[in-house]
Amino acid sequence: MGAHSHETSMFITQTLFVVLLILVLVWYIVAVAMTSRRYKKKWPLQRTIFWITGILCASVAVIGPLAEQAHMNFILHMISHLLLGMLAPLLMVVSAPMTLVLRTLKVKHARRLSFLLRSRLTGILTNPIFTTILNVGGLWIIYTTDIYMLMQQDMFIHLLVHVHVFLAGYLFTISVIYIDPSSHRKSFVYRSIVLLIAVAGHGILSKYIYAHPPNGVTKAQSETGGIIMYYGGDAIELAVIFILCFQWYKSTRPKDLLQNILVKSGIPR
Amino acid sequence: MTTEEKSQQRHANRFAYSSRNLWGGFLFGLGFVAFIDETVFHQLLHWHHFYDKSTTDIGLVSDGLFHALSWFATIGSSFMLADLHRRHAFWLRRWIGGIFLGAGTFQLYDGTIQHKLMRLHQIRYNVDLTMYDAIWNITALAMIVVAYILVVHDRTRKMGEGS
Repeated sequence: MGAHSHETSMFITQTLFVVLLILVLVWYIVAVAMTSRRYKKKWPLQRTIFWITGILCASVAVIGPLAEQAHMNFILHMISHLLLGMLAPLLMVVSAPMTLVLRTLKVKHARRLSFLLRSRLTGILTNPIFTTILNVGGLWIIYTTDIYMLMQQDMFIHLLVHVHVFLAGYLFTISVIYIDPSSHRKSFVYRSIVLLIAVAGHGILSKYIYAHPPNGVTKAQSETGGIIMYYGGDAIELAVIFILCFQWYKSTRPKDLLQNILVKSGIPR
Repeated sequence: MTTEEKSQQRHANRFAYSSRNLWGGFLFGLGFVAFIDETVFHQLLHWHHFYDKSTTDIGLVSDGLFHALSWFATIGSSFMLADLHRRHAFWLRRWIGGIFLGAGTFQLYDGTIQHKLMRLHQIRYNVDLTMYDAIWNITALAMIVVAYILVVHDRTRKMGEGS
């Protein structure tokens, strides 16, 4: 009975993921078409491409052969988690879905939503310190307790861990880089320090996993998995750091730059 | 604006942003040394190890923090450099002094505290380490001395003469 119910629950979770992913993919494309018709300014094409790529990354991680193999193989599990918890959230954040939501909703509903976004709860949920604890702390708990072993046996825990990893990754990304409107903004220095600690926490955990295999994982697999987590994480974190620094660069543009140009071209102050 | 006025403006900008020149260089130097450490000693020579059985927990934390900092430093300092140019406030001598200071400080920290005290990993395995450690740390000290000459010596020169 055990194997049979396992198959059934696996089928249910996979179907759930497929439906959900197709829904958000179709929603985005329809919304872009709608908003492009309503506003003169076209929705940037690269955002749609980022969204589609992000959904693809998340899909590869939760459905299909990689997701299936990841159950037995820690190395593939690590790759799928990098895709689901880091790359997919980043790609989806840079495609500005909340802006798209606000643009396509009716004014009345958009107002209610933006009220919700300004609420205290959203402030806590998008606080970089909170999201770092949720994200990196969550990972530490998954890999240093028996949760990793349990998620390979129990479909419900499996589903829960996947949802947590994605949501924690998404919240963390929006708390550090501001693409969508956000009313609980923190300074660049604040976000930089928190991002630094989060990146360090991720690296430390990678090396910890390298040395201490989670229950049910062989030494060889935990070593490779740890290295993939370390360097794969680096690559995606690099992109986040770049965006954050670039946003700093744009925001500190000297105010008198325009003045200088005027002076240079001979127009008196 | 005449040429003289322009160069005066430039000097004023440089002094206004003198610490950003130094810190930008410092972070760049730190990132650069970490990059060399990773590519040359870890990936190419395979002298350094990803993990060493004798690594202490504090060593792991320190490694994680500095690894993160080195990425941040490289990217952040590049944008700082662009910012200095945008403000016409770039001061080459001070910036290079900063690079030597950052590179030397990080290498000295790596060579003494991380390698020796925290036993993160050694420079090389199965060899007598004395020479390796000496060269590593003396190079680090030499870089700090160069930084001192470039940065402090510069201050005693006439204002704005440094290029």
